[in-house]
Amino acid sequence: MIRQIFLALTLAAATALPVAAERIGDAARGATLFDRQCKACHQIGDGATNRVGPTLSNIFGRKAGTVAGFKYSKSITRMGADGLTWTLQTLDAYIENPKALVSGTRMNYRGMADASARADLMAFLRDYSDQPANIPESEPTARKSEPTLDPAILAIQGDPEYGAYLSSECSTCHRRDGADEGIPAITQWPPEDFVVAMHAYKSKLRPHPVMQMMASRLSNDEIAALAAYFATLE
Amino acid sequence: MTLNRRHFIGTGFAAASLLSVPMVWGQAKPRVVVIGGGAGGATAARYLAKDSAGGLDVTLIEANPIYTTCFFSNLYLGGFREFESLQHGYDGIAAGGVTIINDMATGVDRAAKTVTLAGGQTVPYDRLILSPGIDFRDGAVPGWSADAHAEIMPHAYKAGPQTQLLKSMIESMPQGGTFAMIAPPNPYRCPPGPYERISMVAHALKQNNPTAKILVLDPKENFSKKALFEEGWAKHYDGMVEWVGPEFGGGAVEVRPDTMEIVVDGEIQKVDVCNVIPGQMAGKIAAIAGVTDDSGWAPVHPDSMKTKADDNIYVLGDSSAQGDMPKSGYSANSQAKVASMTIRGELLGSNVFPAKYSNTCWSLIAPDDGVKVGASYEPTPEKIASVESFISATGEDAALRKATYEESIGWYSGITADMFG
Ligand SMILES: Cc1cc2nc3c(=O)[nH]c(=O)nc-3n(C[C@H](O)[C@H](O)[C@H](O)COP(=O)(O)OP(=O)(O)OC[C@H]3O[C@@H](n4cnc5c(N)ncnc54)[C@H](O)[C@@H]3O)c2cc1C
Repeated sequence: MIRQIFLALTLAAATALPVAAERIGDAARGATLFDRQCKACHQIGDGATNRVGPTLSNIFGRKAGTVAGFKYSKSITRMGADGLTWTLQTLDAYIENPKALVSGTRMNYRGMADASARADLMAFLRDYSDQPANIPESEPTARKSEPTLDPAILAIQGDPEYGAYLSSECSTCHRRDGADEGIPAITQWPPEDFVVAMHAYKSKLRPHPVMQMMASRLSNDEIAALAAYFATLE
Repeated sequence: MTLNRRHFIGTGFAAASLLSVPMVWGQAKPRVVVIGGGAGGATAARYLAKDSAGGLDVTLIEANPIYTTCFFSNLYLGGFREFESLQHGYDGIAAGGVTIINDMATGVDRAAKTVTLAGGQTVPYDRLILSPGIDFRDGAVPGWSADAHAEIMPHAYKAGPQTQLLKSMIESMPQGGTFAMIAPPNPYRCPPGPYERISMVAHALKQNNPTAKILVLDPKENFSKKALFEEGWAKHYDGMVEWVGPEFGGGAVEVRPDTMEIVVDGEIQKVDVCNVIPGQMAGKIAAIAGVTDDSGWAPVHPDSMKTKADDNIYVLGDSSAQGDMPKSGYSANSQAKVASMTIRGELLGSNVFPAKYSNTCWSLIAPDDGVKVGASYEPTPEKIASVESFISATGEDAALRKATYEESIGWYSGITADMFG
């Protein structure tokens, strides 16, 4: 706790912020959540080692898929190589719905829907991170760009015929038979995860220049159309 | 009264599949003929048949029974791919309901709407798609002509036996010998292609002939991904590659195939292998059809790829003059999807959606050192215009470069499945 307060103070002084830096959440509550939901697979703190999942010490500012000695899924390694780094924003999206951020992750966790619970958990994780560069309190505004999608966007009913046409851009690289050779398969996605993932590219939360470019010119309706089309495939 | 498709749907048959057009009124199905079964033509034929679900009569006319991709042919030169892995037959497209004719198209009668083949056959069309790739301009490189000299100084810019010939020449180069490339002027197919080739030749020589030299004679000041290639050449092949731009005579080179000499800036130089990549123009059938202009390429409407010269003829890929898109397999594939959607709309009354185009070109510089450049495009009244673009950065870490290379392998697998089924 000491360090956290100290950091908040120095940063506030250095940048002369008009408002006190916002805290991420309640680390004590986060510790309880960690024990219940994460500890079976992940260790953190002194002497932590890789178990089913990698150690979570120093997670902030770390490139995804880079803890030495841990065997990651192809998917997370690829995203790390593409530039996915754990910040408050990306970690929040990942904990909320792991597969929406990293489709092929092996982390067998259904996700944590409650934003304040996630904030508490991250406050706890943050206490074990001595790389404060990307840490949220340093930038109170970072809290405002929540990755959660407007429910109205998720509710759009897409036109599958339009989606079929738009999908022809996808199949230039992604094979329709679901084969995964250097480029992941995109068939058989739950429509909602698909929409969240495409918006994560559009907002550049997910790394990868080709996908960011493809998604950035798709309107909300077009993303819904693609989701509707992909949902019709076997 | 003419019964059109919209009318038909409007009268209560809408419940039947929207896509399949029943054969009624004893009328034949609309005919679409595609000339050229490469990146653009194969995609167009396959998508037309697939998306019209039997509503169109689609014929693909292709000179060769097997297509060898130019894309990844440089990787074959570098020893990263087997030649056979570049080859694709037409069975998959035929299985999708396309009639394949293995012949050379020699004439187009736009008034009668027919195509003539070398074998004498006449094929009628309602819409014609031309995707014949490139041909070389006569006299583009003084001293060289495709007919007389391609066996001595290969272009290897249409993949196939030429690519194999170039590889065997590189392999039998004397120790410490010189490989020269005469690079093409703009516009030409695959802007990074010559420079990826230089990288792959350097990689091959580094293994077996490390004292060999590579000389690139270039009429252009600048070329695609120049900073990335130059960084890579310095890093992996230090001192091996010499690039000579127009300032030092790279743009005015004469070749002498009989003596294996090149003349640069009046100076005669003996070389061991000479790869001549001449200036280019649309595949000849486009000019025969009369849809090209003085530039040698075929101007098209940016929203559909329909030629400006003839409403019934579309030109895809390298042969088209469309604006900002590079001449690439990816571009040709992207354009084919817009054209086939537009043609289905015209002939079957299906919905026509706004055209979207895209392109990404990956290049391999050395083992696990891949880079890429790409952009998305949209039609404006004047041209197909670039909307957003990206390019790999110099100094990227090894993990990212390796991921980029692996991604290019995925792309090859994806796009060839998209083209050939
Ligand atoms: C070395 C090299 C590397 C490349 N690398 C890449 C890459 O990594 N990525 C990429 O996207 N692109 C790449 N390209 C570019 C790509 O190969 C072309 O842009 C693409 O093939 C163009 O497609 P197309 O349909 O216009 O022509 P093509 O693919 O050349 O197809 C034309 C076809 O038409 C046939 N044909 C022509 N005239 C007739 C006729 N009169 N009758 C019957 N058949 C006819 C030909 O036999 C041929 O099969 C590369 C090119 C080269 C040379």
